[in-house]
Amino acid sequence: MSALTALQQLIGQVRGSRVVLISTGILLAIAVVALLGPLFSSHSYLATDLDRRLLAPTLQNGQLFGTDDLGRDLFVRTMMGAQVTLLVAVIASIVSLVIGVLYGATAGFIGGKLDALMMRAVDALYALPFIFLVILLMVVFERSFFLIFVAIGAINWLEMARIVRGQTLSLKEREFVDAARLIGVSSFGIIFRHITPNLLGMVVVYMTLTIPQAILVESFLSFLGLGIQEPQTSLGALVNGGVSQMEQAPWVLLIPAGLLAIVLLCFNFLGDGLRDLTDPRGEMQ
Amino acid sequence: MLRYASMRIIGAIPTLLLVIVIAFLMVHAAPGGPFDAERVLPPDIERNITHAYHLDESLPQQFQRYLRGLLHGDLGPSYRYRDYSVSELIGKALPLSIWLGSLAMSVALLLGVAAGLLAALQKNTFFDRLLTGVAMIGISVPIFVVAPLLVLAFAVHLNWLPAGWSSSSGLSRYLLPVFALALPQIAYIARITRGGMIEAMSSDFVRTARAQGLGTVSIVRYHALKPAMLPLLSYMGPAIVGILTGSVVVEQIFGIPGLGRLFVLAALNRDYTLVLGIVILYAVLIILFNLLVDILYGLLDPRIRKR
Repeated sequence: MSALTALQQLIGQVRGSRVVLISTGILLAIAVVALLGPLFSSHSYLATDLDRRLLAPTLQNGQLFGTDDLGRDLFVRTMMGAQVTLLVAVIASIVSLVIGVLYGATAGFIGGKLDALMMRAVDALYALPFIFLVILLMVVFERSFFLIFVAIGAINWLEMARIVRGQTLSLKEREFVDAARLIGVSSFGIIFRHITPNLLGMVVVYMTLTIPQAILVESFLSFLGLGIQEPQTSLGALVNGGVSQMEQAPWVLLIPAGLLAIVLLCFNFLGDGLRDLTDPRGEMQ
Repeated sequence: MLRYASMRIIGAIPTLLLVIVIAFLMVHAAPGGPFDAERVLPPDIERNITHAYHLDESLPQQFQRYLRGLLHGDLGPSYRYRDYSVSELIGKALPLSIWLGSLAMSVALLLGVAAGLLAALQKNTFFDRLLTGVAMIGISVPIFVVAPLLVLAFAVHLNWLPAGWSSSSGLSRYLLPVFALALPQIAYIARITRGGMIEAMSSDFVRTARAQGLGTVSIVRYHALKPAMLPLLSYMGPAIVGILTGSVVVEQIFGIPGLGRLFVLAALNRDYTLVLGIVILYAVLIILFNLLVDILYGLLDPRIRKR
């Protein structure tokens, strides 16, 4: 089974699942509005206007979501926040995917002592309370986008490595691997050209489950004031700002909180739905 | 069993050491000294301060000193709260957090197991679907969204319960924080209990019991409950992590002077020794709890011990 047919099969199955279709649709809509919405607004996410603080959502002036405590337009800020949140989550997931797939495929393919050693290392790291070490990392070093990607990627690759290794162990017994070896392809070439593409379908499914986890970590850090820093914003940072205003201006909290909840819910439904499609008995866990 | 337990205990020590080493190195790799933000001091005074905090020693020496202190429960002085040691600050904040955490955990276990069992026994009915859907929301929506919404609804809008910790006393101020902290765990526990129970109810020994004419209540009570609860036991490790991270958020939102709030304050103030101390404490709690779960698992499920 080539990578292409595996993917086609997945897409074919997706057509039949309402949960997957609806959550993908909502997520795509949010992504498009988050990307294009700010272009149609006359407000910038930075401009403060102290005369127009904590305005309720209104159609006038195009301030659909109202303004925050500094008079900044909440529609543009929420969309910027959604952009940052999605971007961080997707990049962090790609980081964890690349590390996890390469690590897992290498361990699974080479096997023997190296495999045992590599997986013992994963087990040891797995037992660490990562979220607190990540907070420590954020305290100690300059808070930057780059650090957030690295921190979240570092948490999520472990699970990916385990799953990929298991899959590789069964893949390497297949005929096409023997055939590749016969014609003289190197181990690295087999891992890269023959094993990895076959992991694609499963990796895509698993990635939809890591993205919400990455969003959670990022927004958790930003909520505590340790993640994305002003004037940049993310949904977690917006929720944090909203909490201090919620008694006078509940919409400052409700709008970003609602959007974050919808995004997370959709990703979780999508991930669960895809996993059920490709792996009805949940064997991946 | 004793062998299994001691193996587990020995296995936990390297993890603990690894956390301490990583955390310690991270803090000491920090660019600049802890007092850089303050006004420039005369060299003599600066040397005295550096000496008082043992920052003039080599890294291995400092680590040795820290480890020795740690074994005596001494986590060094706080960089920001000059008159307090880290241990004193933690000692003042910890009891309240333990209270909150154990209350939330008890509520979560009670409600989660009850809901999960009911859903499993009425599989594929309306109640089951409703519960599975609500559980998905509970799992997906983070605590820092749920907690403010609860405050907005029950404290600001309905005015039934106090919003802040300091603005009231008595039991009523526990209700919202405990419930907010328990909510995601209720969802997880309900889902796991439901899964475990459905699997147990479809197993051969339950079919045999049913063939012998046992009623549903006795089957659940004497046959299905124990195997159904095993997956829940292995979730207790992640659950404690959830409660600890959740308490950081909940204490922040409600202004509760517990460990989580102290942690956030220390993090924002860059109080390195305090953050380091609390991270290590959290790590110890998590590792101990996982150890306990592992040993309990071995007691309940003899198959595990053989591996």
